[in-house]
Amino acid sequence: MKAMIIKEFRQLRRDRRTLAMMIVMPVILLVILGYAASFDVSFIPAVVSGPSAREAEALLPASFHVVGVVPAAQAQAELRDGHAAVAVVTGGPRPVVYLDGSQIFTARAAEQALATLARPGQASGPAAPAVRVLYNPELRTSDIMIPGIAGVILVFVGTVITSLGVVRERQTGTLEQLAVMPLRPRDVFLGKIAPYFAVAAVDLAIVLAVGVALFGVPFRGSPAVFALGALLFVFVTLGLGVLISSVSQNQGQAIQLAVMTLLPQVLLSGLIFPLSSTAAGVRWIAYLLPLTYFNEIARGVMLRAEPVTALWQPFCYLALLGAAVMTLATLRFRAFLAPPAGRGSARGEPGLAGPAAPAGPVLAGDKVALEES
Amino acid sequence: MNAWGLSGVSVRHGRMLALDGVTLAAVPGRIAAVVGGDGAGKTTLLRCAAGVLPPSAGRVRTPGIRQTGYLSPSGGIYLDLTVDENLGFRAAAYGLPAARARERVAEHLDRTGLAAARGRLAGQLSGGMRKKLGVIAALLPGPALLVLDEPTTGIDPVSRVDLWWLIGQAAAAGAAVLLSTTYLDEAQRAGHVLVLDAGRPLAAGTPAEIISAVPGTILLSSVPPADEAQRRRAWRRAGQWRRWEPPGAGQPPGRAGQVVRPDLQDAVVVAALARPAS
Repeated sequence: MKAMIIKEFRQLRRDRRTLAMMIVMPVILLVILGYAASFDVSFIPAVVSGPSAREAEALLPASFHVVGVVPAAQAQAELRDGHAAVAVVTGGPRPVVYLDGSQIFTARAAEQALATLARPGQASGPAAPAVRVLYNPELRTSDIMIPGIAGVILVFVGTVITSLGVVRERQTGTLEQLAVMPLRPRDVFLGKIAPYFAVAAVDLAIVLAVGVALFGVPFRGSPAVFALGALLFVFVTLGLGVLISSVSQNQGQAIQLAVMTLLPQVLLSGLIFPLSSTAAGVRWIAYLLPLTYFNEIARGVMLRAEPVTALWQPFCYLALLGAAVMTLATLRFRAFLAPPAGRGSARGEPGLAGPAAPAGPVLAGDKVALEES
Repeated sequence: MNAWGLSGVSVRHGRMLALDGVTLAAVPGRIAAVVGGDGAGKTTLLRCAAGVLPPSAGRVRTPGIRQTGYLSPSGGIYLDLTVDENLGFRAAAYGLPAARARERVAEHLDRTGLAAARGRLAGQLSGGMRKKLGVIAALLPGPALLVLDEPTTGIDPVSRVDLWWLIGQAAAAGAAVLLSTTYLDEAQRAGHVLVLDAGRPLAAGTPAEIISAVPGTILLSSVPPADEAQRRRAWRRAGQWRRWEPPGAGQPPGRAGQVVRPDLQDAVVVAALARPAS
């Protein structure tokens, strides 16, 4: 056994990346996630409307922050479009407070805070408000979790599985063969991710169908808008998978890296802990994670029937993330496939290949030359 | 003559010089064999010749990626695809017309005895069958330059004959073939042989040229030499001892044995013994 232990230690010592991930990453994750793990909602964005809007604003509990005074007809739209979690409409016999049930923790915190207003003796002045929860009236956890879980599954297929598929080519030596075949890096890249894209799409359809059929999760919005968001999101996750595989030496490293990207997405994206509860010092990380935006889109479309015009921000951020990740992944993939110099001539690209190619070295200085004739 | 190949190529891996000023022409219609011990630089040389690895210095000429067939050390075969699927992928990647691909696949599989295994996963094939599949895949597009890294290693003698038939056919059709091998009897069949040692050329030429360039004498005896210096120049082969006597050594003490005509194996051993100490 001693010999086995020594052998394992020697192998581990040489696999420095794994060792670093085993020691450093847990500490980083613990610190980040420690600040993120909070269900306490202390900031509840609200809009007020109606003739007594200002009076209602003054009476709202301290955790409510009025972000706008809007016409009564627009109050619910503010909730639908995610601009506020609470809308207070005055002008009737008693004020009506609408809560966005798709933001479950915020809605629960708002309910509790409003309950204190309704206690006898505390709400002695104006009439106690009527509270109505929209989009998820029973505040069911499954309604808000399943759209997000669909995103997690897409991350799993897109990032974790894809990263394995590409790094396997490197480990088995077939990548070297691909490098000398007349395939453009773009062909190889797209060819690699296309099947995963299809599998991810099927996965998504199954998860949504099961969510709707089995758990009764509503799908109120436009399937086309949802599909567009999912398309962008899968684009990012597949790019991440390829990026991870291109910096990993083996499948073990790829899995570790992929899980390291999966974990923060699950815990920081607002899927479990409300974003507003996350410490400001780590909240910025959430805005770098694609699942944050997919969550916004999925919940917005499925639960609140949010139109695409109201979702332009998460769409734009996802597109930006997708462009950045795909560019990086493509560059890494090109380097991964091609020798560091003389690639053009080796691959027969125009200008360097063919009988008209110069007889001399391709690269200056007569240091490196790889040419075709 | 229109030749591809390497000219004064050096390859450096970090601080290690894997190839040091090696020249090897790949001439259409000729089989050139690279021989040498483990770590001699055979794979590095072939990777350069195929365009996988850029040289640190020197020049590499290739006919272009569409015209180069390469058998990598791993075989470049997908173990979770069948024989047919592997060859189908290769043919499609090279843009081979389907009818021509089918015809070539059938011909090569029949000749190498793989026809019965067309539907089997490559991962379920024996090591030798897998190697044959790799060679067939490299040959499939009908390349002008065929680079094969140890195509016959680990293959039974009958299959080696099949593979050499395929390689010979490719050369006869005009392909320039560069291959590495650890079998010197195979290298003797090549039109040109390059002997590598620690990344440097030890000998080069036709097998006959390399053999005729052997300096001194080779003596055959049934017992090992008693003299320590002679023992350092002796090797055992086919149950007997061979000893190299350098030229100009005069009549060595205890000279005993029959003078033999060297073959390529003797010539390579002598080249290694005669090389200047680095």
